[in-house]
Amino acid sequence: MKLTKMMMTTTALTLAAGAAFAESHGSMAGEMTVVSWGGAYQNSQVKAYIEPYQAMNDGLKVITDESSAEAVTKLRAMAEAGNITWDVVDVVAADAMRLCDEGLAMEIDPDTMLADAPDGTKAADDFGDLMVSSCFVPQIVYSTTFGYRTDLLPEAPTSVCDIFDTEKFPGKRSLEKRPIGNMEWALICDGVAIDDVYTTLETPEGVAQAFAKLDTIKDNVVWWSAGAETPQLLADGEVTIGSTYNGRLFSAIAEQGQPIGMLWDWQMFDLDGWIIPANLPAERQARALDFLKFATDTQRLADQAKFISYGPARASSAPLVGKHAELGIEMAPHMPTDPNNAKNTFLFNYDWWASYRDDLDAQFQAWLLK
Amino acid sequence: MAETSTNGPMLAADGTPLKQSLAKALKRQKRMALLLIAPLLIFVLVSFIMPIGSMLMRSVQNTAGTDYVPDILPNVVVALEDWDPATGELPSEAAFKAMAIDFAAAFENKQHTQLGRRFNYETPGMSSLFRKSGRPISRLKIDQVTDFKSELIGMDKDWGKIEYWATIKANSGYYTASYYMAAFDAERTLDGVQMKEPDQRIYQKLMIRTLWLSALITLCTLAVGYPVAWLLADLPLRTSNLLMILVLLPFWTSLLVRTSAWKILLQEQGVINDIWVAIGFTERLSLINNQLGVVIAMTHILLPFMILPLYSVMKTIPPSYLRAAKSLGADNTTAFLRVYFPQTLPGIGAGALLTFILAVGYFITPELVGGADGTFISNRIYFQFSSMGNWGLAAALGTIMLLIVLLLYYVYDKLVGIDNVKLG
Repeated sequence: MKLTKMMMTTTALTLAAGAAFAESHGSMAGEMTVVSWGGAYQNSQVKAYIEPYQAMNDGLKVITDESSAEAVTKLRAMAEAGNITWDVVDVVAADAMRLCDEGLAMEIDPDTMLADAPDGTKAADDFGDLMVSSCFVPQIVYSTTFGYRTDLLPEAPTSVCDIFDTEKFPGKRSLEKRPIGNMEWALICDGVAIDDVYTTLETPEGVAQAFAKLDTIKDNVVWWSAGAETPQLLADGEVTIGSTYNGRLFSAIAEQGQPIGMLWDWQMFDLDGWIIPANLPAERQARALDFLKFATDTQRLADQAKFISYGPARASSAPLVGKHAELGIEMAPHMPTDPNNAKNTFLFNYDWWASYRDDLDAQFQAWLLK
Repeated sequence: MAETSTNGPMLAADGTPLKQSLAKALKRQKRMALLLIAPLLIFVLVSFIMPIGSMLMRSVQNTAGTDYVPDILPNVVVALEDWDPATGELPSEAAFKAMAIDFAAAFENKQHTQLGRRFNYETPGMSSLFRKSGRPISRLKIDQVTDFKSELIGMDKDWGKIEYWATIKANSGYYTASYYMAAFDAERTLDGVQMKEPDQRIYQKLMIRTLWLSALITLCTLAVGYPVAWLLADLPLRTSNLLMILVLLPFWTSLLVRTSAWKILLQEQGVINDIWVAIGFTERLSLINNQLGVVIAMTHILLPFMILPLYSVMKTIPPSYLRAAKSLGADNTTAFLRVYFPQTLPGIGAGALLTFILAVGYFITPELVGGADGTFISNRIYFQFSSMGNWGLAAALGTIMLLIVLLLYYVYDKLVGIDNVKLG
């Protein structure tokens, strides 16, 4: 432990020496490390946020990193070593809550640190309920939902419960290899009211009920662990219906022209947004805050939707969502938050899963092994 | 010679006794040798032994975040000392008061959620209780509250759950066995430590599956690799070199590429199934996302590790031995079984040991082609490590796996003898 600390400190000194040479603008650092998820998503952030911001700040160097999946573990290690190399980090809401609770992310005051909407609405009201943690600035709403092959099924599925009907909708399904989402869908399709889903899952009988429902299709399931798998499995015809993030399905449908349709019924909403690590040096913190204020204003959030079909987290951004930057198609109907798509939805219950994930995950694993 | 020895010890040129001088020179040489290998030694120590050691320690350390649990809850530990959960009664008022004090301090240091996560590994629900209680408890005026028990339970009725307090008491030492209990599918209940229900024992199943599939894969590589190695050893050098490149070429290809290639070949709409249907069968085969897929892909990937030791041993067996056996009247089978095969045993031993140990720790291939029933214990270790952040359990599982492999190595040494293993 001590040794890693020492090694990391040495690295820190080297880095600090490098940073000292970097040009500095007023009291803001001339260099900024932005961490995100890579792929089409990070590209959309580069185009909508980082490039315009660099155009406004001549000479600013932006380093991009694709480590968001391990953000919590890495930030813990950095804090332990006393050297934080990241300035702005894109994380899902659940991770933001954990980082905030552990004091690894700084608290954001929406009144002073974020931009108000053009019509004067306060940032806090503009983001509304989506500000689930005091350290978290929401950026997009995405959903985990189903796509299906339009040419391989006799008719289009209209309800999420159609995935449990292998007679009417033959072929394999791809589901994520974890209990989150699958357990809720199983209970909803077994007749449990949405408001009772989590109280049901707290009892052993409820868990058994969910597994019994999943048992009916277990032999027809291909389990995925990376978001890119379902679009590929659908494209290959390995599965006829499968769950994944809605942006991945959009890119398979609109950008690659695959014969895939969207099933929005009971899509599971989740949030993604920014945090700033706690205890950054003043110059770097000033830079990060300046960027954050710019990147989460109404226009910028609407701009990102030109590149990827995730819903902007500000209410005031929704009317500004326009056409896809390259394909020229209207983006609004592809958003998970579009009223036509959001008839039946539920929000990923962070708090509940934080408590029951270890336990249900072990049970889920045991069920898979049976 | 005789003269000097009678006059006392033999002296070196500078007058010191020869024995001393020799020892000094030897010592200097040893020091020089140590200096020469020092960079490597330090590197191995720093980058291999120490991280592994510190990781293994995590399997017994009872920490929440960076601090030990008893350091975060010092008053609670003392207050719970005399409490016995088996009585079925809640701890005393003093314990509740201690909890309020320690908890407020933990909240100040932002440790309360990590503490909750630590206890949640044992008892689901505690993470949520600890997170929700953070702010309310920190707002309590410690010297004004008279009844902490009803105050806390009023705040959240979960503070009145005996099993929660039992978990806190059971995990209040500096060191804990609970990660190992979890790794052996046991759990602590109010009636003591018990095994979980048979169908909930996942780590046992995964452990057995990992060992069994690894053994099967080793057998498959032997069955496929033995004839190939023999062929390579038997052919003239020019031809065998050419064939050797065919063995090595996939070896030099990225592991991910090879695994993905198997995915394309084996999947239900894949090449092999397309041919299968084209020759008249109607039912498509499930060749991937199950144990069969793992065995096929890993046999291919690990094949060079079997062929190369076999080849190097077979190369040293003179072909004349087989001819001699035959000229003495042995038929082909007897000549092979009694003359050739016994001489290749060291190669089989080396290849099998190498392949098996590599297979036990394999990760990417089972993850990609294993589906639900073909994953290994390593996939679970990774999951606990990166997704759940439960480093203690991951470390315990890793330690157990390490011990099993060492045990197998020991058994192998006793049965076959490690000196009989030849890598060439």
